[in-house]
Amino acid sequence: MLSALGVLAAVILYFVAQKFKVYEDPRIDEVEAVLPGANCGGCGYPGCRGFAEAFVKADDISTLFCPVGGNETSIAAAKVVGKEATAQTPMIAVVRCSGTPENRPKTSNYNGASSCKLATTLFSGDTGCQYGCLGLGDCVTACTFDAIYMDEKTGLPVVVEDKCTACGACVTACPKDIIELRKKGPKGKRIFVSCINKDKGGVAKKSCSVACIGCSKCVKVCPHDAITLENFLAYIDYDKCKLCRKCVDECPTGAILEINFPPKKPKAEPKSEVETA
Amino acid sequence: MLKTFPKGGVHPPENKLSAKASVEVLPLPQQVVIPISQHIGAPASPVVAKGDKVVVGQVIAKSAGFVSANIHSSVSGTVASLDPVLDSTGYKKPAITITVEGDEWLPEIDRTTELNKEIKQSAEEIIARINEAGIVGLGGATFPSHVKLSVPKGKKADVLIINGVECEPYLTSDHRLMLEKADELMVGISILMKALGVDRALIGVENNKPDAIAHLKNVASGYNGIEVYALKVKYPQGGEKQLIKALINREVPSGGLPIDVGTVVHNVGTALAVYEAVQKNKPLIERVVTVTGKHIDKKANYMVRIGTPIASLIDAVGGAPDNTAKVVNGGPMMGKALSTLNAPVTKGTSGIILFAENEAQRPKEQPSCIRCGKCISACAMGLEPYLLIRLSQRKMNERMEEERILDCMECGSCSYVCPANLPLLDYIRLGKGEVSAMIRARKN
Repeated sequence: MLSALGVLAAVILYFVAQKFKVYEDPRIDEVEAVLPGANCGGCGYPGCRGFAEAFVKADDISTLFCPVGGNETSIAAAKVVGKEATAQTPMIAVVRCSGTPENRPKTSNYNGASSCKLATTLFSGDTGCQYGCLGLGDCVTACTFDAIYMDEKTGLPVVVEDKCTACGACVTACPKDIIELRKKGPKGKRIFVSCINKDKGGVAKKSCSVACIGCSKCVKVCPHDAITLENFLAYIDYDKCKLCRKCVDECPTGAILEINFPPKKPKAEPKSEVETA
Repeated sequence: MLKTFPKGGVHPPENKLSAKASVEVLPLPQQVVIPISQHIGAPASPVVAKGDKVVVGQVIAKSAGFVSANIHSSVSGTVASLDPVLDSTGYKKPAITITVEGDEWLPEIDRTTELNKEIKQSAEEIIARINEAGIVGLGGATFPSHVKLSVPKGKKADVLIINGVECEPYLTSDHRLMLEKADELMVGISILMKALGVDRALIGVENNKPDAIAHLKNVASGYNGIEVYALKVKYPQGGEKQLIKALINREVPSGGLPIDVGTVVHNVGTALAVYEAVQKNKPLIERVVTVTGKHIDKKANYMVRIGTPIASLIDAVGGAPDNTAKVVNGGPMMGKALSTLNAPVTKGTSGIILFAENEAQRPKEQPSCIRCGKCISACAMGLEPYLLIRLSQRKMNERMEEERILDCMECGSCSYVCPANLPLLDYIRLGKGEVSAMIRARKN
């Protein structure tokens, strides 16, 4: 009796399931399978499944990109839907502040809750610079890839190059807008202005010795027109920058940083030139 | 049995050190910095230019909208600059800097101390005058007063409540006003009653100010419809909703305003400013500020022109001793530590408190909540702070909204009682910001 009932129920359930079946594109599963599965939201969709759905649905996939998986993932995913993937330049998160305690002396002490977002609502920061890093680590908490940590000596966040996927979580988390996604560059070589202080030169320099003072020396020296100056702050366009490093040597405060360049001989020469000049 | 609110509350040490110090007039500073946003609402728009000569009481920035307030020059002199200036938070805010020259007042301001009891103006005229005089809530929230008095259609107030509670420890500015300006205060209250169309006003004063209560009761007998009530000493008795509950036993609904239960609450300082604006034509250009601290010799209450640097208040009491670690703008419970002493006194500055190193340290935070529930018993709004801090740390914004985080008035009672010293209020404040942003985004 019971088994008959079971069989009957099974048959009914089978037909009901057939009747109310929701068709789902099998390619969604396939795309999801090639994605990293980190569910970080770096692509702008709620998790990898959301991205896969959008990817299958979209006519034009050039705007869809998984920053974590990079180009390989894009090609694999594009293969599933039978389209051509457009290659994207690899990016990396860059912390644009060099305000270590030596460079940027403290003017007050904060002993409230350890949250940058809260601290910004209460005051401008414990140094003279109202733009600089607070060092309370909202970016570290936001990172799901363990790619950013606080350097206890400098009080500034450090991005781990191998781990950073350029998902942009830290960029959104930073209430001071210090972190920016920039082109990773060949062999990770990159040059950027490590400061976002928009104060006039004198004010900026007073609060931090490595601040950009808006002197426009780098703008003049740049042969590629990659540097713009706005509100006493220089910005290097990473698409135009050819990594010639002329600006790095020219900067009087050392606000422009070069990363992953070999410790070079030529660096010593221009430096002595600046010193003698 | 003294009246009070039923839910929550804490008893911090009162430390009303400056209660016996009569209000002294602080000498004019050499320069004043008057921010154009000293109130809740739209910042006022400047109407003077660099180099202009101004006199005391002249409008220097006009109210920009209904919820906004005029800003008047508190000194006479020359406008030195309109550049942004560091305010008490360390951010640069637009402000008008004036170099002081002499002390010349607008001729229409009546500077005599004679009491003028006769109220000639109609309700509309009174409200217009209050709007013109740039009066905002002087209890600290700085909400423009004319907005509170303009009762929306379909709602009616039947009683006016005057807040003379001053439940924050240390602060005594309202206490001194009630003792020294009781008559002016009563006329101010009568003006507010007329503007609101009510015939009854209740003044609530905490029972730790028996001299003020006795004096007010004595003076109030000469005025119609004004009653004085002594309230139990319990923080935050001076919270608007707590005061309404204590005095007339009505509960303001969540997200609602006092007018929803037929009342409007004004601070005693505001009532006095209303008297001066309506009867003496004097706009809001000065206020009483308590300057106090356990380790300083002189504890004082000063009548200060708006825009005076806080540093000059501290100089007036003999300067900050070397072991001063923290200077707080406002009361010790809700006030904010200053990051620069050059910040100016604004309409909302009720006190400046100096703390020595041993008092200023925040106790060491323990690793976790032990679920003792003290914060729940302390919360005067009936919230669950232990839960809200967890939700805020986990960014669960929808859940926080359901738990009515926006009802929190940031009185700090939860952080005060927490045995683990968790920064409860810090995270609740953060959560409130997130929830408000979420609600704004939803509306757009």
